Amino acid sequence: MRRVGPFLVELRPDPPGWWVLAVSAGAVVAAFLLAGVIFAAYGVSPLRAYAVIVQGTLFNARALPEIVRNTIPLLLAGVGLALAFRAQFWNIGAEGQLLCGAIGATWVALFSPVPAAWKLPAMFLAGFLAGAAWGALPVLLRWRFAVNEVISTLMLNYIALYIVAWLVHGPWKGPEMRGFAFTNAFPPAATIPVLPGTRIHWPTLALGLLLAVGAALLLARTRLGFEIRVQGHSPAAARYAGMRPARVTLLVMLLAGGAAGLAGVGEVGGIHHRLLDPNQISLGFGYAAIIVAWLARTNPLAVVATALFLGSIFASGDVMRVALQMPARVTDVFNGLILFCLIGSERLLRLRVRWAPAPAARAPVMGPEREVPGLGSGDG
Amino acid sequence: MEAVVTWIAETLVRALALGTPLLWAALGEVYAERSGVVNLGVEGMMILGAFAAFAVAQTFGRPEVGLLAAAGVGGLAALLHAFVAVTLRANQYVSGLALTMLGLGLSALLGRRWEGLPLLNTLPEVSGVTFGGVLLAVLLWFVLYHTAWGVALRSAGEAPAAVDAVGINVALVRYLAVVLGGMLAGVGGGFLSVAYRPSWTEGMTAGLGWIAIAIAIFAAWDPLRAVAGAVLFGGLFHLSFRLQTWIPPEPLQLMPFAVTILVLAAAGRGGARRWGGAPEALGLPYSRGEP
Repeated sequence: MRRVGPFLVELRPDPPGWWVLAVSAGAVVAAFLLAGVIFAAYGVSPLRAYAVIVQGTLFNARALPEIVRNTIPLLLAGVGLALAFRAQFWNIGAEGQLLCGAIGATWVALFSPVPAAWKLPAMFLAGFLAGAAWGALPVLLRWRFAVNEVISTLMLNYIALYIVAWLVHGPWKGPEMRGFAFTNAFPPAATIPVLPGTRIHWPTLALGLLLAVGAALLLARTRLGFEIRVQGHSPAAARYAGMRPARVTLLVMLLAGGAAGLAGVGEVGGIHHRLLDPNQISLGFGYAAIIVAWLARTNPLAVVATALFLGSIFASGDVMRVALQMPARVTDVFNGLILFCLIGSERLLRLRVRWAPAPAARAPVMGPEREVPGLGSGDG
Repeated sequence: MEAVVTWIAETLVRALALGTPLLWAALGEVYAERSGVVNLGVEGMMILGAFAAFAVAQTFGRPEVGLLAAAGVGGLAALLHAFVAVTLRANQYVSGLALTMLGLGLSALLGRRWEGLPLLNTLPEVSGVTFGGVLLAVLLWFVLYHTAWGVALRSAGEAPAAVDAVGINVALVRYLAVVLGGMLAGVGGGFLSVAYRPSWTEGMTAGLGWIAIAIAIFAAWDPLRAVAGAVLFGGLFHLSFRLQTWIPPEPLQLMPFAVTILVLAAAGRGGARRWGGAPEALGLPYSRGEP
């Protein structure tokens, strides 16, 4: 407890929802202010930049669907990451898992003998399996070879990136695409239907929403979900209770990798209709999904909202690129700043400020400060 | 015969050239992690350093001044990480990732105007920076193992409470180590844009920062072993260019990343335990009174 003027600042173990929301919103606003400073340094008035962004995304009937279009991959990858982070597995590899899903879907679409009617379900299945396999690899590396998953998932991202680049420059390069590093276009049976006039490939969106609800139910109602939650709170307690952390982590990562893989299926099947340069398939959706999961405090249902928010950042990135001639990477400025402000404000979550004026004669009370370790601060 | 000798000599020179930025960045990460702070922002600090070095060298016509600017910018970026990770005690892994995103985005945005510009004065590929890096490794090794400063640094990463108990400021030690690490990573990035490939393109570090982190790990946080790791990976990267006559480039480009995983797996299987493993308090924020 500490006294600041007439206020009493206390620590609390379990912050209420409105306070989490308020602190998160404050962090996002702080990030926007900092981004404004950067815009000014770039030579664009921040007021003008934000006016252009708001006008180009929120007040533009044609741009609104673009927010949803960008939300889809973030939602799928974000739900998976929420599960992985809950189980204390620091999967930074959604980007690579997404690309693997894209590879799987492309193989089914262009090179498999699957009959036309079954193409789409088979693409989603193949994408899920490819992503799940890529997600299971770091689990194996961690439990068998003691390789830190942050490093291994990052390396696997680059490996997946170069595999895609190799496929589109080499063996899968489409003869119809003279000179360009694309595969052939997918046949009509292998393109995911979109809402008319938009790029919203709704089957993928529906899958994402289903997955979010499914993940929430999994956490709340099943034995595996219980084990994930225990492992997230205290790995030691989980071991003591006879749970097998390797098995739980493997299942979680199969799901998380698979979900990111589905996001990759959506990108090639619903947007591009071909496999192409990895940096064009994903503008860093897999990395941004980390923010999606973190901002949602690893709650799968909250991921729907935070994915929508990050989706609007990606959509505004397009606006900035076109209207302000900024590079596409500008979304990374927002992503980095939001992530910084978010984790920087984490400690505020544990504080409660109360109005409690001290009696005039008494000296301020100074007690010893007790620390509560922050969310996922690496303890245990 | 002469051709073979030339080929080998040339390969070695190029391995040293690309090993240079890896070495500087890896040395920085060794010091940061020895103090107990993981910094996954190396890629971001390197790209900011690369941009700063190019912009300054282009403006003033002096690549050395560019490298100094890169050190300054890298140090500033690291200061941000230190503030979030040490003072605010936030998750170090996420803070480093945020720094990488910010660095990539910021350098792409600010660097837009500089893209494609020529650089008149450049440094040679194998220059004082290369030999300076090796000398620096020896110096850092000596400081780490044979001075009181080194003891304080290592202890901050192994047993921060003990360091605190003898009256050394843990936060200060960690701040200094992280900022030094950022300056070295900045120089490494700057070397890319004023010496190795004198130009500026967004994202030109292309994952080298992550390799530098991996080198720090399987060098078992030892500056001298980091020299060997940097030359090895410099050679591997160069080989991936050299073999492109026979093998398509992409499978070769992924080779260093795959080898990183293999080497880490091999180290985890046997080596790491023999070498003493990671600093005990790596990745853990320290605050007095916490167990």
